[in-house]
Amino acid sequence: MDASVTLKKLTEKFPDAVVGTHNYRGDDTAIVKKEKIRDICLFLRDDPDLLYNFMMDLTVVDYLGRDPRFEVVYHLYSLPHNRRVRIKALVPESDLTIDSVVSVWVAADWFEREAYDMYGVVFAGHPNLRRILLYEGFEGHPLRKDYPLKKRQPLIGPVN
Amino acid sequence: MGLKLSRWTVTRDVVVGKAEGAGPERLLDGSVILTRLEAAVNWARKYSFFLYPFVTACCGMEFMSVAGPRYDLDRFGAALPRFSPRQADLLMVVGTISHKQAPILVKVYNQMAEPKWVFAFGVCAVSGGFYDNYSVVQGIDTLIPVDIYVPGCPPRPEMVLDGLLLLQQKVKQERWSDWPRGEAPVSRC
Repeated sequence: MDASVTLKKLTEKFPDAVVGTHNYRGDDTAIVKKEKIRDICLFLRDDPDLLYNFMMDLTVVDYLGRDPRFEVVYHLYSLPHNRRVRIKALVPESDLTIDSVVSVWVAADWFEREAYDMYGVVFAGHPNLRRILLYEGFEGHPLRKDYPLKKRQPLIGPVN
Repeated sequence: MGLKLSRWTVTRDVVVGKAEGAGPERLLDGSVILTRLEAAVNWARKYSFFLYPFVTACCGMEFMSVAGPRYDLDRFGAALPRFSPRQADLLMVVGTISHKQAPILVKVYNQMAEPKWVFAFGVCAVSGGFYDNYSVVQGIDTLIPVDIYVPGCPPRPEMVLDGLLLLQQKVKQERWSDWPRGEAPVSRC
């Protein structure tokens, strides 16, 4: 079937990095370790059968209580072949960095800044990793599951 | 600076019309000439507000319909929006103010020349609205002094016009010595 070409080639090329794959409801998903994520992304973009040249989304999911706690999720789309794939990279809380894929797809720039702002995941090699949606003096990372709902920030004003 | 910052109190504590400071007008206070002059100046001010519509969100749609032909702002004299703080005197804060936007709002307010009034339009400006979260300022009166609070999500245009009429009544009662009030308490911007 045309859909699982990606998963087959990915597991052939990186057998030790791919932890698992599934095809739930037709969505190809590969769960990988974070160490070789840049090589995996380069392979997905440049291989002539795959050609995933469009980064659709990059985000982070927080599974509080599980180790590794965070998963960085990449949604990719191949314009020549009209195919989609989801790559989930496991990132533990003890080592909260992952390689940046800005050199592979430029669109990842602001996505990674938002992921850093909301979750605190540091992207190594990012040219300009700073907060994008929140103001500079903000304390904490709000989309983590243990960020309290009603926490108040140091407000700019006389009354807090 | 001859102005004492202690003259700035939170808006709900200000009693308009009570002259606190000492000045030459105290000697003549209550004289016919000055009260007539105050009345004339207040009449001119209240019937010619130059709005600065600081629109950030959905309340802007309701602001547009208030300024439109059916619920006309022009008949109250408040027709001309001035998108420069130097030329405006009524700052209408329309919509949600996030923490990132807050210094911008304070800077715009500080750049306006006195006399100036602030109109909090919609619940997001009044108290943060239903956005009780990490990124929204819970009411702009934590940043700048507010004269009129109009709740609503968004407020009906009739409510906005009611708020404008209340502001006109407030301006009517002002005294000479209410202005100038000096810089806002927040000047970190």
